[in-house]
Amino acid sequence: MAGGAGTIGGLALLLVAAPLGAVAWRAGGLALSPADLAALRFTLLQAALSALVSVGLAVPVARALARRRFPGRALLITVMGAPFLLPVIVAILGLLAIFGRGGVLNTALAAAGLPVLSVYGLQGVVLAHVFLNLPLATRMILQGWQAIPAERFRLAASLGFTPADSFRHLERPMLIQILPGAAATVFAICLTSFAVALVLGGGPRATTLELAIYQAVRFEFDLRHAAGLALVQTALGGLATLAAWALARRAGFGAGLDRALPLAAPGGWRQGVDGAVLALAAAFLLAPLAAILASGAPGLLQLPDQVWPAAVRSVAVALVSALMTVGVALVLAEARAAGRLGWVELAAMLPLATSGLVLGTGLFLIVQPFVPPMILALPVTVLVNMLLSLPFAYRLILPEAQALQADYGRLAAALGLVGLARLRLLTLPRLARPLGFAAGLAAALSMGDLGVIALFAGEREATLPLVVQRLAAAYRNEAAAGTALLLVGLSFALFWAFDAGGRRAAA
Amino acid sequence: MRGDAVLQLDHLVIAQDAFRLSADWQVPAGARVALIGPSGAGKSTLLAAIAGFLAPVSGRILWQGRDLAPLPPGARPLSVLFQDQNLFPHLTVAQNLGLGLRPDLRLSPDERARVAAALERVGLDGLGARRPAELSGGQMARAALARVLLRARPLLLLDEPFAALGPALKADMLALVAEVAARTGATLLMVTHDPTDARAICDLAVLVAEGRAEPPRPPTALFAERPPALADYLGPAMQ
Repeated sequence: MAGGAGTIGGLALLLVAAPLGAVAWRAGGLALSPADLAALRFTLLQAALSALVSVGLAVPVARALARRRFPGRALLITVMGAPFLLPVIVAILGLLAIFGRGGVLNTALAAAGLPVLSVYGLQGVVLAHVFLNLPLATRMILQGWQAIPAERFRLAASLGFTPADSFRHLERPMLIQILPGAAATVFAICLTSFAVALVLGGGPRATTLELAIYQAVRFEFDLRHAAGLALVQTALGGLATLAAWALARRAGFGAGLDRALPLAAPGGWRQGVDGAVLALAAAFLLAPLAAILASGAPGLLQLPDQVWPAAVRSVAVALVSALMTVGVALVLAEARAAGRLGWVELAAMLPLATSGLVLGTGLFLIVQPFVPPMILALPVTVLVNMLLSLPFAYRLILPEAQALQADYGRLAAALGLVGLARLRLLTLPRLARPLGFAAGLAAALSMGDLGVIALFAGEREATLPLVVQRLAAAYRNEAAAGTALLLVGLSFALFWAFDAGGRRAAA
Repeated sequence: MRGDAVLQLDHLVIAQDAFRLSADWQVPAGARVALIGPSGAGKSTLLAAIAGFLAPVSGRILWQGRDLAPLPPGARPLSVLFQDQNLFPHLTVAQNLGLGLRPDLRLSPDERARVAAALERVGLDGLGARRPAELSGGQMARAALARVLLRARPLLLLDEPFAALGPALKADMLALVAEVAARTGATLLMVTHDPTDARAICDLAVLVAEGRAEPPRPPTALFAERPPALADYLGPAMQ
């Protein structure tokens, strides 16, 4: 097993290192044009604003979720995970239906005789990033709140703390520890934004580095320029990922014995504010989803012809990359849990520092001298999607693999339960739940991916997200909405099937 | 049933972090040896080294003159029962026993019959289809012992697997251990905190204290002599 794990870890490392090497070699130095510098500036600006707004809005939402108990609270927390699984292009169409030129909001503003708002450019990019990352930021901060032992709040109550005192002595120290990590995480995610900038940005004033890479490959046919941009993107992404990693540490509040105690929630006007915050957050997150459902349903019955082959390609790509993701993640996590091969952690986490467009550009550079890249669009998409899901899958599986090793590693070794027998009789049954969840996540992420496929695909290699984007760009709104609904349905169905399968198989 | 030395600890030194333990002695075939001493003295660590979970710093562990160092735990001529987690919770009792015959569980009809017979011998007949969670603590201990019977390895290591059981049940289990050891002709090494256990079924005792596992001697002799480390551990109440 050790040799196999080493080989697979080495291959995963090579699959990231080779494209990065190709990019660095082809770029041949950093010479940025004024347009490139503008893209760099815009990338940093939009990521910083997105991080600040997401985290700023997440604090009151997380506080309300932490201290209030109401029917549907658990459901609301679950639904807040949905934007992570939602294909980005679908989220954008949903936001356009609410905030776009002919959307609900502007229709209302126009009816009231007020000026309409534009959803394109910086504000649109930030709006979409907040929509996509508010749930993640809320969850991170909510964990911080829940990590404050209930005993501290009990002590605070017994000392007669006012809400302001509690904030000063309990909540503010927690936020100081949690917020930088949450903000850095959202910042790192938004740095690699491609689909959002493709639809809502563009032009000299709202182009991200990822979008500039895409334009250099697809429209300028200037691979050297693309490689130079990819190099900048990699340096930026690497630094941001390292910063997020260093900052996102868990808050230390000492041991708490009992977390079942309900937090003493202040009443009065604060209760009203918490209710309003939750209602607004739920409306902001759910309205675009509802809009997609409403506008997509009529188009579902008469989808354009190119949709069905694209759906088959998308599902096939998602299935293969999901299975590869969990296979590789499991092998690496098992090796790590057994205390062997500390470096596999690097192989599993390194993709976080890259992006779909960077890896895609590198692979494009590698294959282009030998075959037309279009031919390899789907295999390359499978590989890149696998690499980009690998860190999440590894992180999900590792703690469970470590617990399995701690609980049953010695017993299995004492009985000579090794190799395939161990996989079949111990690892798969005991880890079915996290494996199913990780596979579902990887499948949904792959279904929704609109990055590397845009770089490689011609007319006949398009996946569903690309078809949605092309239909929307051609103003075929009804067909785009119907296809988007199909895409969401397939993504969630794949996630559900893997997750439920894992739960059922769990012993 | 004493024979020639089978297990030999040859200038053995084991270490874990700052902790060190040395041992240099041998055990005759068929002996039943109690490892006794204060908690943290290294009794379980010594068993872990013999079982193959911890490589010695220096010295050798020999079975019938053969160095065990190259063998992984499952290939060593021994069975081991841990303090807990001796059964896989997601497998049935019969499957847990079957692992003792074939770790890939592709059992022949004959092997299935042997599993059933082993269950019957430890008083668990008819419970093979259950999961461990559906058994009592005593029944789980019996199931683990039934697997020891099936494996029929010549050395049996017990790391206090009955510590969580009540006194009467524990006495039953020790009697069953003695019976299993006698039936398979196995040499027994068992960790214990309790001098009563050592006297009940063991004919040799090893004092593990102050970084040393002393050579085995008859329990009566050890308790009569009461070396200072043992006296400290047992305290004044024990006579």
